[in-house]
Amino acid sequence: MKALDIKLWRELWDMRMQALAIAMVIVSGVGIFIMSLSTLDSLYETRESYYREHHFAHIFASLKRAPLSLAKRIEEIPGVDKVETRVVAYVNLDVEGFTDPVSGHILSLPDNSRGLLNQIYLRSGRLIEPGHDNEIVLSEEFARAHKLRPGDKLGATINGRRKKLTIVGLALSPEYIYQIAPGAMFPDYARYGVLWMARQPLATAYDMDGAFNNVTLTLDRTMGRGANEQTVIDALDDILKDYGGIGTIARKDQFSNRFLSEELKQQRTIATVFPVIFFGVAAFLLNVVISRLIRLQREEIATLKAFGYSDLAIGLHYLKLVLMIVSIGVVIGIVAGILMGKGMSNIYMDFYSLPYMIYVLKPQVIIAAALISTGVAVMGTLYAVNSAASLPPAQAMRPELPAKYHTTLVERLGLQHWLSQPTRMILRHIERRPLKSLLTTLGIAMACGIMMVSGFQEGAINYMVDVQFGMSQRDDLMAIYTEPTSERSLYSLRNVQGVEHVEGFRDVPARLRFEHRSYRTAVNGVEPDGSLMRLLDTELKRIELPQGGVVLTDYLAELLHIKTGNILSIEVLEGSRPTVQVPVAGIAKQYLGVNAYMRLDALNQLLKEGNALSGALLKVDQRYIRDIYRELKDMPRVAGVVEHKSAIQSFYDTVAESILFFTFISMLLGSSIAFGVIYNSMRIALSERNRELASLRVLGFERGEVAYILLGELALFTLLAIPLGFLIGYGLCAYLASQFESDLYRVPLVLSQDVYAFSALVVLLSSIVSAIMIWRNLAHLDMVAVLKSKE
Amino acid sequence: MDELQQPPRESSSNAVVFHVHGVTKIYQMGEVQVPALRGIDLDLYNGEFAVLLGASGSGKSTLLNILGGLDTPTEGHVLYGDRDLTRASEKELTAYRRYHVGFVFQFYNLIPSLTARENVAVVTEIAKSPMQPEDALQLVGLGERIHHFPAQLSGGEQQRVAIARAIAKNPDVLLCDEPTGALDSQTGVVVLQALQRVNRQLGTTTAVITHNAGIAQMADRVIHLADGRISQVDINETRVDASELSW
Repeated sequence: MKALDIKLWRELWDMRMQALAIAMVIVSGVGIFIMSLSTLDSLYETRESYYREHHFAHIFASLKRAPLSLAKRIEEIPGVDKVETRVVAYVNLDVEGFTDPVSGHILSLPDNSRGLLNQIYLRSGRLIEPGHDNEIVLSEEFARAHKLRPGDKLGATINGRRKKLTIVGLALSPEYIYQIAPGAMFPDYARYGVLWMARQPLATAYDMDGAFNNVTLTLDRTMGRGANEQTVIDALDDILKDYGGIGTIARKDQFSNRFLSEELKQQRTIATVFPVIFFGVAAFLLNVVISRLIRLQREEIATLKAFGYSDLAIGLHYLKLVLMIVSIGVVIGIVAGILMGKGMSNIYMDFYSLPYMIYVLKPQVIIAAALISTGVAVMGTLYAVNSAASLPPAQAMRPELPAKYHTTLVERLGLQHWLSQPTRMILRHIERRPLKSLLTTLGIAMACGIMMVSGFQEGAINYMVDVQFGMSQRDDLMAIYTEPTSERSLYSLRNVQGVEHVEGFRDVPARLRFEHRSYRTAVNGVEPDGSLMRLLDTELKRIELPQGGVVLTDYLAELLHIKTGNILSIEVLEGSRPTVQVPVAGIAKQYLGVNAYMRLDALNQLLKEGNALSGALLKVDQRYIRDIYRELKDMPRVAGVVEHKSAIQSFYDTVAESILFFTFISMLLGSSIAFGVIYNSMRIALSERNRELASLRVLGFERGEVAYILLGELALFTLLAIPLGFLIGYGLCAYLASQFESDLYRVPLVLSQDVYAFSALVVLLSSIVSAIMIWRNLAHLDMVAVLKSKE
Repeated sequence: MDELQQPPRESSSNAVVFHVHGVTKIYQMGEVQVPALRGIDLDLYNGEFAVLLGASGSGKSTLLNILGGLDTPTEGHVLYGDRDLTRASEKELTAYRRYHVGFVFQFYNLIPSLTARENVAVVTEIAKSPMQPEDALQLVGLGERIHHFPAQLSGGEQQRVAIARAIAKNPDVLLCDEPTGALDSQTGVVVLQALQRVNRQLGTTTAVITHNAGIAQMADRVIHLADGRISQVDINETRVDASELSW
């Protein structure tokens, strides 16, 4: 080994703690980068492969009822490859020993087949055999939630008729990767299930003999797809409009697929934002540490150059040191990233109903992680390395001049009498290197900001739930009717013992248009003076529904670029399918979904339907809840019952552990930055001021008094960094919230005091740990050496 | 060790300030033992100006460090008045340096972020009955430059600030380690004049270590060190004024 390389290894060993602290920051950056991107690639790859192998449809449409012969016309639409018609029914399910309301969708399946399109993935058991009318294949997540196995029985109320069904197989479906009940916020596997049944018996039970109410199709990929897709959707809408079509959607708008896409988008945001912070901090730390090392080694550099080493050789020598530290970080980071990526992918595989997970680690991701972190680190240190290389030998041999200081602003303002000499030393030292002080503070602040992001998500979901289900939707139960039913149906609900209050509602599928923009959603008719469904404005105050207007969810108004007072065009996709013009009377704050709201009477008037209802909201006495469930199950017109609170509870139970895991991870990340920045800057301050501090010790200062000068600076940085970190954290959360925004949900920017307190605490603890380590270093100040040394 | 707080100044002018007896110091350098002091017996008297003269490696710095409470001997005793420094704790040594010793270093060791006045004040703020920083600076002839930072002062001026800092606490002893080592002879003389003025006006016991024999003429006593032993002690009948020195 060359002598210069031996020097390198020894120096690396001498500064191992500092090198490790920097490497940890790089590990964090590389780790998150690889974790997010490999998870992203894995999810994409798995989804693509799953969709391809299971012939996931490109186009989906629901309708009221159409004869099977219509399939021929659909097949003839240019660009269509395969068409599958189905019968789909929304049903009440009855699981033995489980009293809560359970609903589900039953989908028809050709005999002995996994389907033509949207093929199911059979996990256990078998497919339905012809002639066995009561056999079903059940979604695996639902079966797992209730510990159901092939051979077990399940009760279902289809179209008002009770049926006892036998489970023969458990399956997953590309259509239900995100298995969530319509209108629900979170997946609740115990209360919502998907079932597959043979076509004939389902059609018979659902009055769909020789007919279908759902059609999916694939496109001929040999033709240009983009333009084709919209033409096919328009053509299909045109065909289905006479059969109660409620709007055709493309794969990208399919509910489960949408959720997965949003998740992927979030992963991508995380993959960009966080590594940028970590790499930035690492570059800063390397710059600080290497600059210091080079200053300490001025004479060595000069000697080497006097012996004939070239500028390039000197520059490369220090660059190698940087590269070694980066390499340690990159190697550990890659391993950590792969492990975390696999862990994340498995969490996703469980959270989403994916049959398998293809873990994809693209070489370019690893190469990019290595190149970016190395590039950023080299850029961060290039100036210092360059100045080492270009130092003229004679100048380097001379000691550096005493550092230049000035009186600080505080003192020029005349406040010096309140400052002791050590305090002046702190202030002047900070002011002498304003940029470095600023970057140090910023680095610590980043740690605080990152910590806030981890607390933010949980708090935001809590707030979302509070507003949505505490203030806006205040019902205990929502009963959904099989079809629009007269207002008289409310009487029978009111008569159920334990039901305290009932309000009817009407949901009408519709396409909303303003200028050239349109959005397909539902218009909700609600009782204007009701207490169970209240619309809230941005200040969370109740909005009164006016007689003639429509109130839109804020996000929908933004999507359509429509304002209060503008005229919205509503194309109803049901019944006589009228198109009406209604003024926008207000904008409502909502975090979940996007909707349009009208007074129930006004909506029915527009539809010319009389007083029809789609369902009812119930306020109940919890003591009678089980009896109420039982009675509701027996009502033929009640297709399903939704209970938000238990759904939320079960969601929390599912995710509580992973939230804890992510909080722990981000705490590690946050403290790795905080510790990396604080420890390194203090170590360097100690090395730079070693002589000064040792001199003070010689002059009779106690260790505590000397520590004050060093740790006082640290305390000041930390105290300044915390409020700055709050700002950064708020900004990061705001950015993430804006990135995560979609018509499915909007994450509110709510940061509780706990989040602030916890972030500040982690930063303070990191500071204290660094301070303790520095305190121990201070014990070893060499007072004798300082008398003889010059810097 | 409260007794260390009380200076032995009230004693007569011939009173012994330091009584060094049988001091040896051996440094352990890896597996090799390097003896720096091999049995030193020495008394320093109140108010005297002593020069410890020796080549590099003679052990003079080690002796000064032991006197200053920065280092402890391997064997032997160092009595300050009647208190044994070799038995003092770390905390007691800090207090000893804080209240009784003034240090002047070869490379000044000023705090770059503090002005001349503040470099003195940093010590007077923790001392018991200090003089005003301005007065100390006046004494070394720097009354005009008290608001300058070290970077704005010449080497000689920096060293005089260091002397002012050392004397401002009214120390009982002034220990100077090669105070002119980093200066040219003209500037060195100015610094030595300052030391001489302090010694004469305040009566502070002063020990200067140097390898520069020229300085020896201004001392009351010259203690020669070689190979960790005292080789010779000269008493100057007449002290040469610092202003007449040159080398």
